[in-house]
Amino acid sequence: MAKALSKAEQVARAMEGQQMTRNRWLSMPAVLFITVFGIGPLILMFIYSFLVAAPYGGVVWKFTTDAYVYFLFQADIFDGTLQFAPDFLIIYFRSFVFALITTGVCLVLGFPTAYFMATRPPSQRNWWVLLITIPFWSNLLVRTLAIMFIIRDQGLLNGFLIWIGVIDKPITLLYTDFAIVLGLLYSYLPFMVLPLYSSLEKFDFRLVEAGFDLYATRRRVLWRIIIPIARPGIIAGCLLVFIPALGAYVTPLILGGGKHLMIGDLIAQQFGSGRNWPLGSAQAFILMAAVLVALYFYVRNTSGKVTHGH
Amino acid sequence: MAAGQTAIEAKGVTKQFGAGPDAVKALDNVSVSIRENEFFTLLGPSGCGKTTLLRLIAGFDFPTEGEILLYGQDIAPLPPFKRPVNTVFQSYALFPHMTVAQNIGFGLEMLGKPRSEIDARVTQMLQLVRMEELRNRRTSQISGGQQQRVALARALAPAPKVLLLDEPLSALDAKLRKDMQIELKRLQHETGITFIFVTHDQEEALTMSDRIAVMSKGNILQVGSPRDIYDRPSERFVANFIGETNFLAGEMAGVSGGEASVKLTGGSVITAGIPEGLKPSGKVTIVVRPEHADLVQGETPADLRGVLENVVYFGTDTHYYVKLDGSPEPFIIRQQNTRGGGQGFARGDKVGIALEAHSAQVLRD
Repeated sequence: MAKALSKAEQVARAMEGQQMTRNRWLSMPAVLFITVFGIGPLILMFIYSFLVAAPYGGVVWKFTTDAYVYFLFQADIFDGTLQFAPDFLIIYFRSFVFALITTGVCLVLGFPTAYFMATRPPSQRNWWVLLITIPFWSNLLVRTLAIMFIIRDQGLLNGFLIWIGVIDKPITLLYTDFAIVLGLLYSYLPFMVLPLYSSLEKFDFRLVEAGFDLYATRRRVLWRIIIPIARPGIIAGCLLVFIPALGAYVTPLILGGGKHLMIGDLIAQQFGSGRNWPLGSAQAFILMAAVLVALYFYVRNTSGKVTHGH
Repeated sequence: MAAGQTAIEAKGVTKQFGAGPDAVKALDNVSVSIRENEFFTLLGPSGCGKTTLLRLIAGFDFPTEGEILLYGQDIAPLPPFKRPVNTVFQSYALFPHMTVAQNIGFGLEMLGKPRSEIDARVTQMLQLVRMEELRNRRTSQISGGQQQRVALARALAPAPKVLLLDEPLSALDAKLRKDMQIELKRLQHETGITFIFVTHDQEEALTMSDRIAVMSKGNILQVGSPRDIYDRPSERFVANFIGETNFLAGEMAGVSGGEASVKLTGGSVITAGIPEGLKPSGKVTIVVRPEHADLVQGETPADLRGVLENVVYFGTDTHYYVKLDGSPEPFIIRQQNTRGGGQGFARGDKVGIALEAHSAQVLRD
């Protein structure tokens, strides 16, 4: 009996193995695509970041760490000595702050929205998802320009505020930090709502009643039951907002008016008017390293305590 | 059982869902008193309002009209987290992100009890439901029966004044359900807490309850001990819903000593119980349970006569289906096989039926 059973197990295992070998090929197109168009350019950029900049763009194939040095220092015009120059660091810091604010506000706005959607009757939910994705139907550039028309001095918002008499001359909103964060919020809010919705949709709302029954107030039910169980969605939403917001290019360019740079614009500048490809590559890699470090701590802190059952 | 103080009292409770012409009355002017330390069951088919009544007591819904009193105090307007009442949910509703011990301790934690007290109480509860060794397991790592015990322990841990159980055994298989029925009775006995149990399973209700309220269409039809409900059903619905029943047509011949004399269509006169407050007259329907009737040979004196239509052997007992003269429905008799039932009669025999004295009951309809 025992022998027959192990034989059956062997067969089952062999079949499973065969199945897995067969299915492995299904991932090949994606693996190939990512290798050629994702990892390949990254390796190239990494190499570029250690080369010398050619005067009209491109690189000279000579090893140097200048790009990383000039990220933090500036050569004195007269004697060529290196002096600490925090300009880039400030832009990085500002970008992190903007991305953090965007993520935080998106979470605060997105959670009630997702909760609302998840508590609709099942037949209505897909309509709400559709409504959330409506902004994706038009181009980000167009939508960002539309925001510009709303918040500029002669725009809708100022016009309305003057008309109802709250203010008597326009408040400058466009080309400010506020405008950038507003644009980022608008652009990335759906990326927060959708993962939150998908985790809240699976949430068993009878647990809320169980919480109330066991003397938990509304606030405690939220913090002790709903949020911990929705944690995977919260993590996913925060990552989907934070990472693209950190590297945002179009939004700060248009709504910041080129005066309030974010990392994305800075890097683009090196490859464009700056004609310093190694510096741009180095900046991109520093950004990537920073994101990876931030991610590491974020995920460790949020998923370390309790992993979701099911 | 302990005929003590009233723990929970519903006074003229109506619960209406929706408004206007679509409004549905889930409960219609329901009043009931549940005593302290009682195992009280709300029994009825789905949609009868039993779960609605339980939810009103728990505080998940609020009555449209009426009062719900807990030891004399109206709790109807209070939110669930301010009521000293806990619930065992049909789906258990255990918190998946917590361990067994964290689940059980949750209520006490929310009440702001100190850590040491919570730990001690959790240990005590785990012992009570015999699950000490699973203390640190996740709720997804334990079986359905074990989840059921955790749900019970979690609801009992804060020592509620009343424990509400919403069909807690319906997800278990037959064997486990039997074990849990006994377990629940033991827990109720050991904790001395008033249990309000909702079920649609009449057998469950009969075996576990001190008293049963049979519900239908938003009304409580009858409240009584399992024996009362079974032997003395006051309404056709109650008689039908619980166990097999024989309905007989008759005519009132008089009332004496609180019992009715009913003349059956066959001519014999039998005594039958009368539901509280009913003054029967004219044509009435009476019920007789299948085990309160005996099959006799055709020529001996009997209350009813007919032809034996079918004999079904069940191991412990035998069921006889008798076609009565002038009645479309067969009369069912259940006889225990130890008493020599199942022998001496064959299909097609002319037989008589002798009703046990005082076993019949007049219906309210």
